Amino acid sequence: MPATYEPIATTTLGSAQSSVSFTSISGSYTDLVLVQTFPNSQTTGPYTSIQFNSDTGSNYSWTFLTGYTNAESNRTSNASYIRMGVSSYLANAICITNIMNYSNTTTYKTVVGRNNFGAPSGSMQETQAQVGLWRSTSAITSITISRVLSSTDFVSGSTFTLYGIKAA
Amino acid sequence: MANTFVAIATVTVGSGGAANIEFTSIPATYTDLVILISARSTGADPNIMIRFNSSSSNFSQKRLVGDGSSAASYGTYGEWSAWASASTDTASTFGNSLIYISNYGSSNYKSLSSDAVSENNGTTAYMTLGAELWSNTAAITSVSFVMGSSNNFSQHSTATLYGIKNS
Repeated sequence: MPATYEPIATTTLGSAQSSVSFTSISGSYTDLVLVQTFPNSQTTGPYTSIQFNSDTGSNYSWTFLTGYTNAESNRTSNASYIRMGVSSYLANAICITNIMNYSNTTTYKTVVGRNNFGAPSGSMQETQAQVGLWRSTSAITSITISRVLSSTDFVSGSTFTLYGIKAA
Repeated sequence: MANTFVAIATVTVGSGGAANIEFTSIPATYTDLVILISARSTGADPNIMIRFNSSSSNFSQKRLVGDGSSAASYGTYGEWSAWASASTDTASTFGNSLIYISNYGSSNYKSLSSDAVSENNGTTAYMTLGAELWSNTAAITSVSFVMGSSNNFSQHSTATLYGIKNS
């Protein structure tokens, strides 16, 4: 079987950090998958966000479908990043983001994500499906994951892994 | 470079059905686990419950559920992970679910993400996004599934466990 789901890079924080970057991403895959996890020691924290190719312009938008207290949907346009959810309380969170056709130079780039925040109390948990858009035709060669909407950093033990998927 | 999305084991339910589907002695050599389930229940309850290391305790969950006419969010204690098709659903339909378990060997609590559907060409079908937590620091060495209301898995139900390595 050909290797079509390959780890490109992984970072496990040894100390608190405000951002993590993956640079020099090869264009040899079809899609990318970004997996972020946050340990239960992250008792307070930020939202997590992504930017591509260090673009800090207002070129991003996203839409959420969220299950929290109720089922709800909201969106933001002309933002300077794609917010990945889930909550300002990141304990036990998983964010899995699929970045489609990331290296083409013809279309804008779309991401599809699942963001989950787990708490021992069922009523506190949150689950979310997401779509995001970066309005650029540039091939994605770097991804920056940053904390937003809080001055609290990602804690030690947080993990960030980027996988590459090849079409057959 | 090594292939890092590896099929560890597959279970296919034979004639007569099965009370549970179980993966044991899961190697600790991966980073995350993914389980794909295609299942049908022998009864009217389509819920599939997950258990880690034979434990059904310390699970909590949030579910966002659409049934074809409305959407709602539920937060509860207790384990749940997937949909099967019920025995009352259209014949030969099987519910499908994808479960992602991150850092299953860590000493942190274990989080999982689940996407589950039970389309059946009937008046009601379900799709669910789930966030779940097992508040236990033990490494996961076995995963099992049981049907709700003590029903069985019908013949031809399948489940495959995959391991993902981050290096």
